[in-house]
This record gives sequence, structure tokens and C-alpha cells, in this order.
Amino acid sequence: MPQIFRRSSNAVARLSILAVVLLVGAGLTLLWVLQRSGWYTDQRVAREQPIQFSHERHVGGNGIDCRYCHTSVEESSSAGIPPVKTCMNCHSEVFAQSQYLKPVRDAFESNRAIKWNRVHDLPDFVHFDHSIHVSKGVGCTTCHGQVDRMPLMWQEQSLQMEWCLNCHRNPDRYVRPRSAVFSVNYQAPPDQLELGARLVADYEIQKLTSCSTCHQ
Amino acid sequence: MTQDARELWRSLDELADDPAFRERLHREFPTPVEAVTDPLERRSFLKLMGASLGLAGVTACTKQPVEKIVPYVRQPEEVVPGKPLFFATAMPLGGAGVGVLVESHEGRPTKVEGNPTHPDSLGATDVFAQAAVLDLYDPDRARVVTNVGEIRPWPTFLATLRAALAGQQRLRGAGLRILTESISSPTLSAQLQGILTQYPEAKWHQWDPAGRDTAYSGARLAFGEPVETLYQIDRADVIVALDADFLTCGPGSLRYARQFAGRRRPSEAERMNRLYVAEAMPTSTGARADHRLPVKPSEVDLIARQLAVAVGVAGVPTGGSFAGTAAEHVSRWIAAVAKDLQGHKGASVVIAGPSQPASVHALAHAMNAALGSVGTTVVYTEPVVTSPVDHSESIKDLVADMTAGRVDILLMMGGNPVYSSPADLTFGAAMAKVPLRIYYGSHDDETAGQSHWHVPQSHFLESWSDVRALDGTVSIIQPLIAPLYATRSPHELLAVFSDTPEKSGYEIVREHWIKTTGLGRPDDESDATPEFESRWRRWLHDGVMEGTAFAPRAVTLRADATAAAAALSGSGADIQFRTDPCVLDGRFANNGWLQELPKPLTKLVWDNAVIVSPTMAQQIGVETSFSYQGGERGQTLSEIVEVRYNGRSVRGALFPVVGHPDAVVTVHLGYGRRRGGSLLRGAGFDANAIRTSDALYVGRGVEITRTGDGYSLACTQGHHSMQGRGMVRALTKEEFLRHPEAVHEGFESPPRTLTLVPEYKYEGYKWGMAIDVNVCTGCNACVIGCQAENNIPVVGKAQVLRGREMHWLRVDQYHRGAPENPETFFQPVPCQQCENAPCEVVCPVNATVHSHEGLNDQVYNRCVGTRYCSNNCPYKVRRFNYLLYQDWDTPSLKLGRNPDVTVRSRGVMEKCTYCVQRINEAKITSEKERRKVRDGEIQTACEAACPTEAIVFGDLNDPQSRVSRLQAEQRNYAMLADLNTRPRTTYLAVVRNANPEVGA
Repeated sequence: MPQIFRRSSNAVARLSILAVVLLVGAGLTLLWVLQRSGWYTDQRVAREQPIQFSHERHVGGNGIDCRYCHTSVEESSSAGIPPVKTCMNCHSEVFAQSQYLKPVRDAFESNRAIKWNRVHDLPDFVHFDHSIHVSKGVGCTTCHGQVDRMPLMWQEQSLQMEWCLNCHRNPDRYVRPRSAVFSVNYQAPPDQLELGARLVADYEIQKLTSCSTCHQ
Repeated sequence: MTQDARELWRSLDELADDPAFRERLHREFPTPVEAVTDPLERRSFLKLMGASLGLAGVTACTKQPVEKIVPYVRQPEEVVPGKPLFFATAMPLGGAGVGVLVESHEGRPTKVEGNPTHPDSLGATDVFAQAAVLDLYDPDRARVVTNVGEIRPWPTFLATLRAALAGQQRLRGAGLRILTESISSPTLSAQLQGILTQYPEAKWHQWDPAGRDTAYSGARLAFGEPVETLYQIDRADVIVALDADFLTCGPGSLRYARQFAGRRRPSEAERMNRLYVAEAMPTSTGARADHRLPVKPSEVDLIARQLAVAVGVAGVPTGGSFAGTAAEHVSRWIAAVAKDLQGHKGASVVIAGPSQPASVHALAHAMNAALGSVGTTVVYTEPVVTSPVDHSESIKDLVADMTAGRVDILLMMGGNPVYSSPADLTFGAAMAKVPLRIYYGSHDDETAGQSHWHVPQSHFLESWSDVRALDGTVSIIQPLIAPLYATRSPHELLAVFSDTPEKSGYEIVREHWIKTTGLGRPDDESDATPEFESRWRRWLHDGVMEGTAFAPRAVTLRADATAAAAALSGSGADIQFRTDPCVLDGRFANNGWLQELPKPLTKLVWDNAVIVSPTMAQQIGVETSFSYQGGERGQTLSEIVEVRYNGRSVRGALFPVVGHPDAVVTVHLGYGRRRGGSLLRGAGFDANAIRTSDALYVGRGVEITRTGDGYSLACTQGHHSMQGRGMVRALTKEEFLRHPEAVHEGFESPPRTLTLVPEYKYEGYKWGMAIDVNVCTGCNACVIGCQAENNIPVVGKAQVLRGREMHWLRVDQYHRGAPENPETFFQPVPCQQCENAPCEVVCPVNATVHSHEGLNDQVYNRCVGTRYCSNNCPYKVRRFNYLLYQDWDTPSLKLGRNPDVTVRSRGVMEKCTYCVQRINEAKITSEKERRKVRDGEIQTACEAACPTEAIVFGDLNDPQSRVSRLQAEQRNYAMLADLNTRPRTTYLAVVRNANPEVGA
């Protein structure tokens, strides 16, 4: 009885085993890449808003301090999204008739809140507190990026747990003096590790990596 | 005394140690899983498992939808998003108010805490205050004004009522009747008085199904006037409670419990008080007693009489004596108690319970006078409630008037009288003769169903009002939130009778106090002066009005105070009506937290029962058994019996309770509701059906017959069993003083070196908890406090029958001694936060791991639901979401959740975290202020609620912290220490202050 399979079939069989391994590997790699990509994390994806509010104009152009609008960043877990009243503080005088600001004026007059699209959205099982980070010398731009160059707001970092842990494990790489926390122009000095180690000691920064630090 | 672990028992089956019971107890797999051994079943099981695994993987691939942020338009100045605010207010209940501080997250009340400056709270709360938030958000609340079921606008109602009132003007209100509950709100009283002045012939009736009117009647009997009786438990060395559950029931109980516990510390052994309790239905107070005497409720009168004679009260008619073998024990008990009382003249107190007749109260007053306690341990003041009438007479008069057709307008303010009034009055039928019936209440209940108009009532967290504490101190009730629905406060309703029907509750309450204080502007009395404004702000801030407590009142005992006898006639068994410890008279029947709360001593949930002694149950022929599934869960199988009393009958499940006297049947009110919510249907039976106005609390001649129908009672007493092993350690004061180490004898505790891995050093904080079993009254405030704080779901009776209740903190109950009158111990069991946690080593996905401060963290997002951890937990404190228990859809319930705690979903294990959200909050605050967390700065939810300060949380690395000092006491022990789990939660042993003269 003749052979059904030719001798070369052996090679095909071996190759197909290899192919399966490679395919599975490629699939896993794809998943690994995908779930870290901006497609999944929304990292660096500018988000449309009901009002074309530009941080670039307000922070970069006008030099308004972060805390003028995000008032509770030093005292609460939430940095606070400004009420319409804060917009109207200036815009009742400046660009008071601008077409772009009509939704703001409408909201103020009708007492109906503006519904912003959330840009930084942590999962519901994570508790993040702005005030303690600010108090320990984590700058706004460390996590939020150069907001003074963002016409529409985007999420600068992945906000994935490995990103959080990276800083929680090595705070000396990222901390800055308290005086520079709200500065958008701050550049880390060349001796950051040295400065960082000193600040970690001065500010009594702990390497908190217990689960209940954030998951409560 | 050597302690034998087997001395403690939880149920009669366990005490009997029946081999069949042991077999059931040790059977590993509950019945549903056994079905899988069938090959076909197994195949479909595997298919389902495979499919669900695949689908579970697919669902994980979704992206989160974009969320919205909705900031304020104009942000209130004091609101900081993410930071809760606390407002002082008060919860009115049973004719008095308890001061509370309510946590508000951006305008949503989420959690109630006690107000430390309020005399009836002292920082603690009861279960009802803790569950108030759920009542506010109850989706079944009445939302609109209705006229025979049709929605009507408020002006229509107003026009109807005002037209009817115009007709009453000529009659001077002769056809107007107002029915209320007990009222202690000064503003509401003034409004009612105003209406009665306007309509002089109108009548105001009162009905509370279980108020304190017997206490007032007793005072009237003793002193000729209905004075309020207050006790200074902290000054009493000897306390005698005659059927009085003063530690957990009724106004003032929080304060009494605190004062009682303050003198139970064995570290100050010479200050320890001694408590004697004579009662029928075992209560928390009876469980804490040093000597408890189970007696028929009708015999309490006789005991009081004999005790009064023995302590030297003159003019007490004796007569009657105890029969049978128990007589000798009772007389020895009475003699010993009398001797103890006389040995502590001026430092003793006799307390009569509200379900006892006036004569017993009068006897207690006479005894307190004879023992020189008036002015020291007993203080009399003017009554807290306005117009303390006899409620039974009051509602009888109303029914008579209605039957005779003398009532044209009936306004019923709360109380649900159609359900709660005595059966013989047939209130519902009499009411049908009234041409205009208006019911003002929070739910569309039985009474609303028989009324023409139903005006929905605002919750106390949505309305302005005021209320007096038991000592008379006034609190302003301020709203935490605008009314969720078109509801009105009682003041706004009564304003309809005035010239200004649309006046707001705020204006009414404020103007009342401007007038009362005389601080109005000379030109316009309703406008406040700056002086009033500053006082008003102070009252709202503090939650109490300084200096409004009543002054003690001198009373003189009437010569014939103790002459009346209250012996019941007839023969047969006694029947006793009590309010339910969780749903009271039925007003909380639609509150899932309270329905699912295991009641102290019976441990029943979602039901009431016909309660008898085990011996009596045997005589009736009903056998109840605890049916175990999987070792630690199960249900109590019982039988429906028919209770016949005075020609009326009701059917309910029989339930034997140890320590309950024979020939007595106890039934609890508040169940068998027919209308007014989705949770109350089908729960229990209506005891009001056999309750008559001549025997509101105690009657004689009850008969019980079997029906043969089985019934499953959800009784959690057998759940989460740790199978003996000496959980509670108890000894007497003499034993403890002689040899304190006896607490630890018979228990081994492995040395700390017994470990393979090097010991972890906890730098910084090391959180721990100490629970003093000696002062725990089993009141359950901690359980509901935990439930409210940690977003714990309600699972329903069917799930509790399977042992799936979700309480992170449970109160275990153990007995010791003969089942006729055992000692009872309560032991709150949260997660023990073991340093060598058995749960952690078995988790395949690291969903439960140790924190660097020693917390046993549970990471919900990692958990895949293997339940290995729960299986390996010797303390049985882990809870699994078998189904989607959390209500994700009802909008009103979403408002009440704590935003700082993750809301768990199906398939996730959860457990106590020592309120880690509170720990983190305090740590962040302290770090920002560059200091350490202070001792007492973090209060776990259970600790904050506890009236007796039995639960103490703190840092074990600080030797001066309260928890460190407690854990250093000799009474301190760890549960199951022999397993080398090294729990961070430890317990303090019970030390009873027994009187050797009483005997066993």
C-alpha cells in the first residue's frame, strides 16, 4: 500500500506546530499591545466637549493657575470641575457676546448644568485622592501632561495600574518641590534622582503599594 | 473555674449532641451540588460552566462608555466635591427624639451617626436611626396626593378640606377629629393647640400601638400626675428590671446602655453594678443580667408586690403566691434581690417595663421611694410628650364617636391605625362611617387604602421640625435634602387649618421659636432679631438647644399608690404582645435592612413567630429542627399553629426560644402587613388580629392547636457556625478577681515563633480592634451601621434560608447552662484581620492579600469567585455575591450609597475591611497636616454606632491607644488562637457580677 503522505509532510506537520505556537504568540502579543494602546486606554485621544474649551488658551495663553478653576484639588479627593459661575466670572465681561460661549450663558441663565464628557475615568473600584498627591509633591503635569498645549483635553497617561505602581514604587523619579506642583513650565532637573530622594525623605513619602491604598 | 469549650451551645440540637445532627453538620456539600453527581446532570453542568466561562471572557472585552461630569451652575460655598458634610438633626420615634449627625455627600444623606452632645444619643445610634437612610430612599414611598387612588393636585385637596372646615366653623369643630401618635414636638403641639382653640369642640386623639402610656398611667397612680421617669443608671449599684428591656428598647435606651456599660468594667471591679431581670420573653437586657428570672408576664406584678413588701413598702396587698417547684427558687430570688437593694439604699433602682400595667409601675415608684433612690438614681420631670393620655381609652372614644356618626372629618397623622389598632375596636369598619377621611402617612398602607385622601408624609431627613429628648432637651430637626417627592411635613399639613395654608415648615418652626424665646422684632413678631439668629444657628449647629432640659420635679407618693392589684383572671396560658425588635409596630416593615437583621435572641429574619418555651413546644407536639446544608447554613423547619385568644385566632409558625417561661406565648407586632410596600408582603402574621383593647400587652387563656402545615423560618442562629471551640469566655467576678488567668486556662495559644517564614515587622500603623463581650447588648446597631457604611445588599428570605446573608459583621449568640434559663452571650464577629490569614494562602488570583498595616485586603476587581478563601476561613466572615444582590437600577437607592466604597457585583467575595475608606481618609488628612493619626480619630462604622462602646478600634503600635490598653488587659483573648491565625480583632471575656445568695 502506497504512502498516503509524502515525506515532505513531516516538514509541514512540524511547521504547522510552529505556526500554531507563533499564531497563539502573535495573538497574545496583539492583545497585550491592544490593551495598552490608546484605542483601549483612550490615552492621547482628544475628547469632544459640549463647549470648545481650550486649556491651551486659558492656561498657556492667559496663564491662569490650575486652582482658579479646580478649586478643591488641595483639600479633597476630587480636584473639582468648575461651576458655570466660574466661567461667567470673566466671560460676563470678556467675549461676553461670543457665539462659542452661548451654551455657557444659556446654562447660567437657565440654571441647567453643562454636561462635560469625562476625560480621566478611573474604574469605579479605584479610589484616587488628588489632595494627598499634590501635598506630597506630585505636579499636575506629571499625570495630566502639558495641558497648556492641549486645545481639547486628552488623557496624557494610560491610567493603568502598572502606570500608578510605577510611581508608587519609585516616587523619587517623579516628585518635585511643593512650590512647583502647580507650575506647567516645570522641567525635571538633570539630578532628579538626587532631588527626588531628598524630597521623598523631606515629605515623608511612603511607597504605598498595598491593595487597599486605592481599592476600598 | 476551668472552662470547657463544650459548655457553650447555640441551639438545642447542639446541646443534645444528637449523632444525626452531627452528621448533618459535617456534611460538606449542600443539596444543590449533590445533584451534579448524576452523570447527565454533570454533563449539562459542564456545558453551562464552559459557556459561562467563554461568555465571561467576552464580556471583559468591552470598553467603558464615556461618562458625564455635571458640575454645579452655582456651587454652594460650603460644598467641596468629594468631602462629605455633617449636619445635626434628630430622629423622632416613639414620642421622643434621638440626636443624630447625618453625613451628606453633595446634598445626598448617606449615613447617620450619633450626636455626642445630644443627651439621648451620646454619640451612639440604634438600628432605626442607622436604617433611616434606607427609609428615606425607599422606592415604595407615597409620592403624590391621592383621592381614592387617583392622583390629585394639592390645591384640590386644600379646597376640599377648607370647604369641609368651613362647615365645621358653625359647629365649633364638633365633627372634627385628629388622630396622632405620641407627640413631643413643641411646634406641632402648639399647632394642635391652636386648632383646638379655633375649633373648641374638636377632639385630638392619640394612638401608639406600643407607647409609654402605661408608664404615665403608673406615675398618675403613684403621684397623681403623669410625670416622666428618668434613670441615672451610672449611679446605681443594683438595678432591678421588671419586664423592662431598658438597655435596647424605647427612648433613652442608648443613654441607659452607655451608663450601664460604664460600670461593667472588671478593671474597676468595685464599681461593677449588678443587674437583676425578671421577664418572660428573653431580651437583650435579660441576657446581660447577672441574674435573670424567667416568669410569666402576669406574674411580674406578684414579684413586684413581694419585692416591695421585702424592701419595706407599706400598704402593699399581698395575695397570690407562686405554685409548683419553682416557688422556692422565686422566693429565694426575691429575698436575695431585696437584701441587695436594701444594702445599696440610694444607689439602687427598680425599673418597670412599658408592657407592664400601671400598678407595677406604681410599685416600682414606691420601691424607689422606699430605697431613697429618688433624686439619685431616679429623677422625675414633667412629661416629654404633650398630653400623655391613655391611648387605649383615647382610640376607644374615637371609635365610639365614629360609630355613632359624630365625626365628619377624620385626620389621621401617621400610625397606620387600621392595621395597628386593637382588633375588638374594628377601627376600619367604624372609620367607614366618617364622610371625610384623610390619612397623612409615608406609605400607601392599610389606612391609606381605606381613606378618601392620602397626603404623603415627608421623611424626617427632608423636613423642618423639632423634638424633645427624654430629658426634655429640644433639638431642631433640619432637613438634609429637599423632599424627593411632593410630600409635606406635619407642620405644613396642619398649616392648612390656619390662615396661611402655604406657609413652609421652616417658617412655622422658626416662628414658633421666635415667639417662644420672645426674640422677635418689636414691629414684626415673626421677624427675628440678630440675637435669635445667632441662637438659631447655634441650635442647628449643635443639634440641641442649650438649657431646655426639664428641671427635676418633686413628687409625693400617694398613700394608696400600691393598693391596686392587676391580677389577671381566668386560667390557661398567658399571651404577651411585644413590638418587634426590628420593625417595631410595623412602621419599618418595608425596610430591607431591618427585615433582614437577625433579631436578638430569636435570630429570625423576615418573619415573626409564635414564640414558646422548648418544653411547651414539645407539649404542643411540634418539633422544630435545624436543617443544615454544608455545615454552616440552613433553615429552621417548623409548623404553622393556630393561636386562639378571646374568640379570635391567627396562624403563625411556632418557634421555641430557650429561656422563655412555660405556659406563655409571645407574639410580636409589626408583621402580616397587607399593604404599603413591596418587601412587607408575605412576611409573618398579623398579631394585631388577636390583640384586644383590654389586653394590649398581656392576656390569659390562649390556646394553641397544630395545623400540620410546615413552614421554613429563616433563623440565622445556625449559620456561620464555628462549631464550639470556646468562642466566648465567661467567669464570675469572684473567680476573675481571685485568679484572672482563669480566662486563658484550657486554651492553648501557639508561640509566636511557630512559623516558617520570618516575622513581618509592621512599621507605622498596626490596626487592631478589641470587642468587649462583657458589655455587648446584642442590639445590632453595629450590623446596620456596617451595612449602611459599606453598601451591603439585602438578599431576601429565600437567600437567607440558604445561608447567603451578606452582613459583614454578625452578632453570634451563645448560651450556657440549662435551656430553661441559660446564660446568653452576644459576640459581634467582623473579619478578624488575621496576621496569618488562612484565606490569603488559598486564593489563586491574589485577590485577598495583606496590607503593610496588617489589614487583610479584599480586591474585588481581582476576585474570580472561587470561594476557596471563604472555605478556609475559620471565622466564617467572608460573604459571597452568589447572585446580583445589589440593586443597580432603582434610582432612589443609588442616592443612598456611600461613594467611598465600591459597589460589588455578582461573583465577588467581600468582607469587613475595618472600614478602610475611613482609615485612608484619616491617614490622608493627617499626612496633609504633617502629623500621625490620633487615637480615636478613626472610628469604624460599628464602633461609632455602638451604644456601650464595646467595640474599640485603633493603632496597636501605639501603646497608649485605647485598643492597646484593652488588648493588654487580662480578659483579652483571641478567638481560635490555637490555629495560630493571630487575629488583630480580639475579645474581652465576660465577667458576671453574680450574687451567691441567689443560687442557680
